[in-house]
Parts: sequence; C-alpha cells; structure tokens
Amino acid sequence: MKHTISVLVENHFGAFDRVATMFSGKGFNIRSISIGETEINEVSRMTIVTEGDDQIIDQVVKQLNRLIDTIKVIDLTGSNHVERELALISIGLQKGSMDEIKNICDIFRGNIVDINNKSMMIEITGPPDKIDAAINVLAPFGIKEVARSGTVALKRGEQTKFQKKELSTN
Amino acid sequence: MRKANAILTGADIFFECLKREGVEYIFGYPGGAVLKLYEKLYDIDFLQHILVRHEQGATHAAEGYAKATGKVGVVLVTSGPGATNTVTGIADAYMDSVPIVVFTGQVPSHLIGNDAFQEADIVGITRPITKHNFLVRHVEELAATIRKAFFIAATGRPGPVVVALPKDVINSSCEFVYPEDIEIRGYKPKYKGHLNQIKKAAEVISNAKRPLLYVGGGVIMSGGSNELAIFARENKLPVTMTLQGLGAFPGTDELSLGMLGMHGTYWANQAVNNCDVLVSLGARFDDRVTGKVETFATNAFKIHVDIDPTCIDKNVIVDLPIVGDVKHVLAELAAEMPKPPVVDEWWNQIYQWKDECPLTYEDNDGRLRTEFIIEKLSQKTKGEAIIVTDVGQHQMWTAQYYQFNHPRSNLTSGGLGTMGFSVPASIGAAFAVKDRPVISISGDGGFQMNMQELITAAFYKLPIKFIIINNSFLGMVRQWQELFHAEKYSFTDLSSSNPNFVKVGEAFGIESYSTDNPKDVDSLLNKALSVNDRPILVEFKVVKEDMVFPMVPSGASISQMILRRLNPKGML
Ligand SMILES: Cc1ncc(C[n+]2csc(CCOP(=O)(O)OP(=O)(O)O)c2C)c(N)n1
Repeated sequence: MKHTISVLVENHFGAFDRVATMFSGKGFNIRSISIGETEINEVSRMTIVTEGDDQIIDQVVKQLNRLIDTIKVIDLTGSNHVERELALISIGLQKGSMDEIKNICDIFRGNIVDINNKSMMIEITGPPDKIDAAINVLAPFGIKEVARSGTVALKRGEQTKFQKKELSTN
Repeated sequence: MRKANAILTGADIFFECLKREGVEYIFGYPGGAVLKLYEKLYDIDFLQHILVRHEQGATHAAEGYAKATGKVGVVLVTSGPGATNTVTGIADAYMDSVPIVVFTGQVPSHLIGNDAFQEADIVGITRPITKHNFLVRHVEELAATIRKAFFIAATGRPGPVVVALPKDVINSSCEFVYPEDIEIRGYKPKYKGHLNQIKKAAEVISNAKRPLLYVGGGVIMSGGSNELAIFARENKLPVTMTLQGLGAFPGTDELSLGMLGMHGTYWANQAVNNCDVLVSLGARFDDRVTGKVETFATNAFKIHVDIDPTCIDKNVIVDLPIVGDVKHVLAELAAEMPKPPVVDEWWNQIYQWKDECPLTYEDNDGRLRTEFIIEKLSQKTKGEAIIVTDVGQHQMWTAQYYQFNHPRSNLTSGGLGTMGFSVPASIGAAFAVKDRPVISISGDGGFQMNMQELITAAFYKLPIKFIIINNSFLGMVRQWQELFHAEKYSFTDLSSSNPNFVKVGEAFGIESYSTDNPKDVDSLLNKALSVNDRPILVEFKVVKEDMVFPMVPSGASISQMILRRLNPKGML
C-alpha cells in the first residue's frame, strides 16, 4: 500500500542524503520525495511517498526515526490530511489542438505558463491522482515533457507542528 | 562582563575535547591532512597515541578496546587513503554496535570536491555504515561536534561515528567554549521500558511451561549481566546466547545451553524449536540465528527487549515488544514476576537433548584438533581470559568450547564476519585489560590479513598470546565447498602457499612456537600463559579436513541440523 510520510529533519549538510541512503540501503521504495524549508529556522520537511506492506512501512518509519538528523516522523496515511503536487506538462501543438488542450487545462484548473507555435506548457496543481488524470487525458495530444514536484502534505488542523519540547536543543 | 574564553587553534581544541572525554588511547597513523594534530601529539602526555601499521588495524584495535571496556575507542587517520582504509573496521563496528569515533583528516575546505590530493568523500562513503557522521565546516563547530560524536557513539544502541576534519579547520582558531551538556533533538534514546509491557511479559513468563531466554550482545553492552543472572536463576530459566551474547551469562552455569543458531548446540536449537515463550534480550533475530525465519520458534510467544526500535519486527514478528535498555528492563522484569514458572519437565527434556547429542569430536587418533586446543585453553584459563577470535571455523569452535565466565571477554566479529579482526582487536584489548590474559585466535587465512600489526604488539610489549590455528585451508569456506559445492576446493588450499608462521613471528621479534602434536598443547599453552611482558606466538597445525558441527545449512530451518559428518572420509 502507498503511504505518505512527513519527516521533519535538521537542515544539516547531508541530511537529505542520509534519508536517501537509508532508503536505497534497506531496499525501500520511494515513489516521490520532496523537501523544502518550514516555518522553523533550520528545519526542513520531507514528504516521502513510499510503498509496502505494514511490516515494511513500520520499518521505514522506525529507520527514519533512527537517523540522528530526523526530528519527527509521521505517517500521514489514514489520518485526515491534505496532499498536493505540482506538475509542469509540455505538450506538442498540432493544427487545431490548442483549444482542446486549453479546455482540458481549464477543467483541471491549470494555467498555461508558456506557449510558442510548436508547444505549450501547462501547470497543474492538485492531489497526485488529479495530476495522473490530467496526464492521461493529455497523452493523446503528444506530451513532450513532464516535471512533477512530488507530493507535499500536511495534516489538517496543524497537528504536524512541533511540540515546544521537541524543538528545544537544550 | 563575561570572562573571555581562550582562543585556541582547532588542533588544541581537538585535544582539549579528547581530554575531557577521558580518552586514554588513540589508535592512529599520520599523514598530510592531520600533520598539525600530530605536531601537537608530540608533546601531549595525558593520552597515548598507538601507532598501528595499517589504518584498518587502528579501527579494529579501537573496537577491541571498546568491546573489552565499554568505553569509546578512538581512531585518528589522515584523509583519502588513510580514511578509506578504515572503512572495513567502521562497517564491522556498525554491524556489531561497537562505540568508536574515527577522526579522519580532510583536504582544506576550499578544495573539497576538487579531486584534491588525497581527497576522498569519507563522509559520503561511510554514511550507510555509521551511526552518524560529520564533516566539520568551521572551527567554531569543532568542540560541539566532538562532544556529539562521543555522545552518539556511546549512548542508545552504540555504534561508530566518523568525524572528518578539514585541514583548515584544524589550523584556524576560535574562542574555545566547551559544551558541557549536549542534547540533540532528533536523538533521544529510550532506556526505560514500558511498565505495562514489562508486567505483561512477567505474567506470560510466569505461566510458561517451556520458557527460553535468547540472549544477545545487547545484554553485555547495557551492562545487564548481573540482572540477567538474577532473573534467570530466580526463575530457573534456560539461557541460550548468540555469538555476541557469549559471556553475558557464565557458560559453565547449569542454566546455560551455550550458543544457538547455525553452529549452536543441538539442545539449544531444540529448545528454540520447542519453547512456548521465547524472550529475546538485546538480540536481533539475525539470519545466522534463525535459519529459515518461517520455521523459527513457530509456536512460541515471542517477547523482544531491545533498545533499538528498528530491531523489533524486522526479521521476526513478535508478540510483545519492549523498547528499552535491557539492563533496566531485566531488573524490572525480575521484580514484576508474580511467581516462577514451573519448568522441571522442560529441564528434563533439555537434559535429554543434551544427552542425545552432546558436543563431541574425534580425540583418539593422535591428531591435533582445534576443539581440543580450545577446551584445554578454557580449562587452563578457567574461562577468565579475553578471547579475541578471527572469522571461520576456529571462531565457531571457540564459541562452542570456550566457557566464557564474564561479559566483554568474547571479542569477535559477528555481524560483518571480518577476517583480519583478531590480531589488531587483541591489541586494543590488551591496552585496556592488564589483569587477565588476552588471547588472539586466528586461522591461517585471517591471520595473514592483518599480521603487520604483530609489530605493534611487539613494540608496545603487549603480553598477547597469538594463537594460529593452521589447517592449511580457508577452513570455513572449505567446509561449505565440501558440503554444498561439489567438493570443488576452489582457491581455499593454502598448504603450499602459507608462510612459515614461526619465522613470521620471529621477524617481528616475537618468540614463536609450532606443533602438530596434541601432546605439546599443554606445555605450549602453559608457556604462553606464563609470559606476561611481551607477546608470544603459537602455531597449532591441526587436521585439515575437520568440519564444524552441528550445522544448520544456510536458509534451512534449525530443525534440519547436520549433526556430524554423514559420510566420513579423508579429504584429498
Ligand atoms: C575479509 C574477509 N574475506 C573473506 C571472507 C570469507 N570467509 C569466511 S571464513 C573464511 C575462511 C577463513 O579461513 P581461516 O582464516 O584459515 O580460518 P578457518 O576457517 O580455517 O578457521 C573466508 C575466506 C571473510 N569472512 N572476510
């Protein structure tokens, strides 16, 4: 089963690499991974989408916790949370296809972010399955390139926030 | 106004920190990137630098020191090749949870990434084989980093930590502020077990009919041997130990079943197969212990005590996990026991297995065998020695026949199975332990992997007894070839390519002996044990074709033990 795991890590040299090394070393799957700064100085949030049975996910969470640079690990799966992903999709233009693509883009509430006479690029944001759907619908027009950000996610109701205690270094 | 702190160079801060950590020995080897540290070392007298002959030797020596004492072993090497030479020892320490801190030099910060002379990304290389590692970027971070390195290495489940020190960091200066207390927000080892879980465990053990304690190295690391002895004795619980667990409980105690697993005793493995409650204490259900996991203690209620949560449910799903320090948990477990279990019948069964199939070896054909040597050694030293084995058949025979009386006495490479461990690790142990004999036991193959360190032992006049069990073969591999690879003895026969070990010893200035006669064993061991001011080397030329039994073939269930050679025949 697919799991979305949110990890707060020290913004240290090599912290990202440690997580990636752990995943590859243990043979765990990474479907997507994203990392960025948070509201807290020196702390980054990684959102990892991984796959496995309960035993594997249990190990993934424990192994993440075991890394010295990880401060908090939460498996969001099964809890009320929001997931978003951003995709940039570049599509080749044929005669008359532009309007149709534009329509599809509107349906998915996307934006056209680049256009020339050979191709157009659209930006779509949403839950990962919405991105999948958009890519599927756009495929017949000839997708030239796709870049996806990977999932970012937060628990509803601010619950992934730190407890004061967890943040203190002293 | 705040009192100004002294301005110190990175090199001075480095030694100031080691002093405060109580470091007694550094096992090291100099080179360009750490010359400034060696410049300081020249005048330092609060710790001793031990010059090894290969950086791998330094790491194993640090491991030997750490395993024998429980204190952190310290290594200092240069960048590039000095650092990469430590990799095997670091991986070894990682697998066996040995607290060491390895300081490596690194090229100056501005050259990192440039393929500078003697640059290797040692932090990247060792990331998967360290508990944690650091590249110190600024001299201001140095003191705190060293403090953290020792803290991480020694606490929780211990392990190796690497600290890479760029040359400019060592050379530049800053105000020296020693961080007395250290806390790392992502690292909070949990020592106390959950009381409700402990109570439940006590209840289950009390009601067990066929309980078994399965003891690993964690008991030794936590210093929980006394608690284990009390708990086992009060409840008459059978104790079986992993390779790393040997010594956690006295081998001669009537409650001890010896080692379990691939080369474990028949009765220990039968007990595992038939127990109804299995209590794992600081052990990790390693494949060498479980054999085929699907058939491992299938009917037992499994309780697993470990300080490392990742060990729980990793290889075997357990019924009752307790995360915490084994020493603490054992003490509480003993206190919570409502009543001892009724185990007389269970013990009768175990004794029966023991009678059916004791450990035996051929001892009336006048030929020299390892089992005989180890048995003699065990008797002569009364199980009181520090035994440092290498990897292979001699290691398993030592585990079977040496009756360890104390924790921190069986120093061996278990997880990684590193040949070449024994000689340097015994050196580290000999610096730490002065009141008990330190005995290094190697095969003829593994001995040659780090025999350069003989000179380290000779130079520092360490009274190590270097025993070489020479079967003229890479014995353990030969055994697998005979059993599972069509008797193709591919590249394992060393009989025509071994050096003259007596001459090797003598070349390093070590008094050396050799024999192939069982009658000489007594006198040579006596001789070795009587020398206390210098090393001594004894080569025992033993039977070539012997195999270690019992044996559970790799991946088989432990009920499918091979008990003895089925088809006795001479080899070759
Ligand atoms: C560094 C290393 N290389 C290879 C091996 C594989 N290996 C395991 S046991 C063994 C044979 C050891 O032979 P020897 O040192 O003579 O000891 P014996 O088994 O004969 O007691 C080998 C080659 C290993 N464990 N470590």
